[in-house]
Amino acid sequence: MKKVFIRGLLKENPVLVALLGLCSVLAVSNTAINSLFMSGAVMFVLVFSSLIISSIRKIIPNQVRIPCFIVVIATFVTIADLFLKAYFPEISKNLGPFVPLIVVNCIILARQEAFASKNPVHYAVADAFGMAIGYAWVIITLGIIRELLGFGTIFGHKVLGSWFEPWVVMLLPPGAFITLGVIVGIMRWLQAKFGGSTS
Amino acid sequence: MSNLFLILIATILVNNFVFSYFLGICPFLGVSNKASSAIGMGFAATFVMTMTAFVTWLINHYILIPYNLKFLETVSFILVIASLVQFVEMFLKKMVPALYKALGIFLPLITTNCIVLGLALLGSMRNYNLLENVIFGFGAGMGFTLALVIMAGIREELEYADVPEPLKGGGITLIIAGLLALAFMGFSGIISGG
Repeated sequence: MKKVFIRGLLKENPVLVALLGLCSVLAVSNTAINSLFMSGAVMFVLVFSSLIISSIRKIIPNQVRIPCFIVVIATFVTIADLFLKAYFPEISKNLGPFVPLIVVNCIILARQEAFASKNPVHYAVADAFGMAIGYAWVIITLGIIRELLGFGTIFGHKVLGSWFEPWVVMLLPPGAFITLGVIVGIMRWLQAKFGGSTS
Repeated sequence: MSNLFLILIATILVNNFVFSYFLGICPFLGVSNKASSAIGMGFAATFVMTMTAFVTWLINHYILIPYNLKFLETVSFILVIASLVQFVEMFLKKMVPALYKALGIFLPLITTNCIVLGLALLGSMRNYNLLENVIFGFGAGMGFTLALVIMAGIREELEYADVPEPLKGGGITLIIAGLLALAFMGFSGIISGG
C-alpha cells in the first residue's frame, strides 16, 4: 500500500512523467496561493472519485464505464466549484473556468480507468492521495517560482527588495510553458543521475 | 458584422486557446508529431467545437437559465459534449464515410479534450448571442488547428536537431510552446479586448 502511495510522488508523477493535466498546471500556477487552492480542489475530487468508483466498481457495466466515471467526477467537481465560489470568491474568480475543467482533467479520468476501477478501496484511495500530492508539489513549486520572479513575492509576502525588477513575462503564458519545460528537464536529469532508469 | 469578424480574429490569433488559455494542451503535446495527423485532429476538433458552441448556447439559454439550474452547468455540458461527439461519429460513419475515415480515432478522443468543455464554459461566461457564440467556437477551433500545425511542423524538424538528453520529449516541447506563446503575444496589439 505504501508503494502504491509513493510512486505518484516521483516515479510515476502525473505531471512531470506522464505529462497529464497540464492545462490547469500551466494556467493557474501564476501565484503560489492559486496553485495551493487548485491542488486542494484536485485532491478532493481525485480522492473522493476514486473512493466512490472503487466501491461501486463491481456494479458498473463495462460498456458504460466512462460515462459513469465522468458523472461521478463531475459531481465532485461541482461540489468543489460551488464551495470555492461560496467561501473564497476572490480565489474562485482567479481560477476562472479551471475548477469546472477538472472534470476533463486527464489525471483524474486516467486514474479511474487505470487503477480505481480495478482495485479495492484502500488501494484506490492511497493511489489517489499519491497522485494528488504528486500533482500538488509540482504545481505549487511552479507557482512559487513564477510568483517570485513575476511579483517578487511568495504567498503574497514581499521577499525580494525594491531593487528587484519584476519579470512580467513569468506571469504570462510563455513563462508558464518555459518554466515547466525547465523543471521537467531538471527532474529527468536528476533521475538519470541518481535514480537509475528514466522511464 | 464587424463584431463577428473581431471575435473570429481574436479567438484565432490574439486569444489563441492553446497559447493564452492553455486549453487543449494534451493533444497539442501528444498528437502533434506529424503535420498530417495534426490537421486531422484540428479539423475534427473545429467541427465538434462549432457544434458544441451551438448546442451549449441553446441549453444554457433555454434550460439552465430559465429554470435556475446554473449549478448543473458542468455536469450537463460534459454529458452533452460526450453524446454530441458520439452522435457526430455515428452520423459521419453513415453519411460521409470518407470524412469519417479521415478523422479516424481523433473524434472519440475529443470528448476528453478540455478545449471543448473550456469553450462551452468560457462561452457561457460571456454574453454572446447565438451567432457570436458559434463564431467563437469556430474561431477557437481554427486557432487550435493553427497551433497544432505549427507545433507539428517544428517537431518534424526537431527530429534532426541535437537536443540535450534530459530535455528530449516533454521538456523541449514545452519550451518551444513557450517561445511560440511569446510570438503569439505579438498579435495582442491587433485588437484590444476580444
